[in-house]
Amino acid sequence: MRITQGTFSFLPDLTDDEIKAQIRYAIANGWALAVEYTDDPHPRNSYWEMWDLPMFDVVDASGVFLEVTRCREAFANHYIKVTAYDPSHCRQTTAFDLIVNRPATEPGFRLDRQEVSDRQIRYTVHSYASEQPHGERYRSGGSQ
Amino acid sequence: MQGNGKQGQQALEGEQRWGAGVIPYAKMGYWEPDYQPQDSDILCAFRVTPQPGVPPEEAGAAVAGESSTATWTVVWTDRLTNYERYQAKCYRVDPVPGADNQYIAYIAYNLDLFEEGSIANLAASIIGNVFGFKALKALRLEDMRIPTHYLKTFPGPPHGIVMEREYLNKFGRPLLGATTKPKLGLSAKNYGRIVFEALKGGLDFTKDDENINSQPFMRWRDRFLYSIEGVNRAVEQTGEVKGHYMNVTAGTMEDMYERAEFAKSIGSIVVMLDLVVGYTAMTSMSKWARKNGVLLHLHRAGHGTYTRQKSHGVSFRVISKWCRMLGVDHIHAGTVVGKLEGDPSMIRGYYDTLRLDKIPTNPAQGIYFDQEWASIPGVMPVASGGIHAGQMHQLLHHLGEDVIMQFGGGTIGHPSGISAGAEANRIAVEGMIKARNEGRDFLADGEQILKELARKCPPLQVALDTWGDISFNYESTDTPDVVATPTS
Repeated sequence: MRITQGTFSFLPDLTDDEIKAQIRYAIANGWALAVEYTDDPHPRNSYWEMWDLPMFDVVDASGVFLEVTRCREAFANHYIKVTAYDPSHCRQTTAFDLIVNRPATEPGFRLDRQEVSDRQIRYTVHSYASEQPHGERYRSGGSQ
Repeated sequence: MQGNGKQGQQALEGEQRWGAGVIPYAKMGYWEPDYQPQDSDILCAFRVTPQPGVPPEEAGAAVAGESSTATWTVVWTDRLTNYERYQAKCYRVDPVPGADNQYIAYIAYNLDLFEEGSIANLAASIIGNVFGFKALKALRLEDMRIPTHYLKTFPGPPHGIVMEREYLNKFGRPLLGATTKPKLGLSAKNYGRIVFEALKGGLDFTKDDENINSQPFMRWRDRFLYSIEGVNRAVEQTGEVKGHYMNVTAGTMEDMYERAEFAKSIGSIVVMLDLVVGYTAMTSMSKWARKNGVLLHLHRAGHGTYTRQKSHGVSFRVISKWCRMLGVDHIHAGTVVGKLEGDPSMIRGYYDTLRLDKIPTNPAQGIYFDQEWASIPGVMPVASGGIHAGQMHQLLHHLGEDVIMQFGGGTIGHPSGISAGAEANRIAVEGMIKARNEGRDFLADGEQILKELARKCPPLQVALDTWGDISFNYESTDTPDVVATPTS
């Protein structure tokens, strides 16, 4: 499967030049940029690991992209995203985010159902990746 | 006519004012051209069409009187009160450019006239008896300035745009939805199938229609159970947070709470209401939604009966304002290009009213007052009704990024199936945002951008082939009186 979190996940993976163009758009808007990575892509995982601190006051897209490259080298088989952050009044949240790295295979999720009373079912989304400990997920192209 | 108090329209004093009998409203003190509105006043702009022989100042004064303290004759019991404080004051009357016998009457109301946190109370005065008043041929409430003092007595949106985006983990693009079709007649299991297919294909939300409540062919509980299965299956297949607006509109408040509690208990992240339930019921559900962490979607069913005609009723700007105050997270606010009424500049005014923190006066968008929202979060406008992927560049241009675009027929009617329809919409929106961020003139190049995207996405090509030239070009009934002159 292909996890479709992020602003552009239905499009073909963005090329490095296309990623830089999005970084330039963020810089032009005065937004801070950050790189985050995870091996737990559960849809309700709010906190991916931070690759260093967010980059405030950047003027050059290539400097930001260098961090993307370094994070990719360190975590080649993780999900990595670039987020643009808008600190302005009444926003103070992410402006957009895009996935810039994925594991070679994405095992995805299964839906666990617990039958309870009155025809109700309790649903839980289970990430196959999380069956392995952190650091051992997605090795050699996947956890399965 | 500000400050131009005509002789014969000024307030009377002493025996002339207080003798029993009938005197013009203007002479009772409801026309006060020298009045300087206070920061804490509630201000209204009414479009007034007086009956023949009624001077505009008297018409404005009559509106002020009938929407505040006055009755048809002098009453001595006014003198038991500090009546000048409680009298609304018409302080300005402007003829409407290009219209015969229409005036904009500006009226100021003291804060003491209204109960805190009650749109019902506000509405009972401002759009109460006065709308049936015989001395006026027609009356329309165009806009209101709500002072911060009053604003802060309301809850505002249970979550607001920012919290919703953070909860959904969806940023930087319009959200996508679809209303399940046909709106009436599907069984619960078939209904849930549409929810599943549309969400799996790429939409963020699906939606009950306004008139799907609990009918013989599908009861509410069954619909909720099958819909939530569709939602969870789609979450599993995409790794995204998704939702289905479960319509909890019902005949009583108790029934609405019961349905909302059930939706929450099975894991729904959003419930919906229809505007026809009324302001008090909406406010109650707003408080419930914040307490329970469930997004609140509002369908504006019925608004066209009083918002559409330019000479009589209440502008949707005012309805938008009231709904942001009492607090909903989503509200349908027009599409510009779809099948339902909507002049582009009027819709811009509604969207600004719902989303921005400071809105300057702008007659070209029907905004008559500066309005500050004092950091009350924005409401996500919903564009729904006759829109399709081929209009994506126009939709993004007119509506911006913080909007939910709902493609009902434009998803479910796709020749290759519901999921394909959803995928076409998602590719179109992501591709258009990407092009915009890259600096392309997405409005001028829109059709070209869509063509390029469609080369790699057959469902989008099919959508463009099916609906590409469908448009709804009818003249709007609600238009600005003042047309902005382009300066560049």
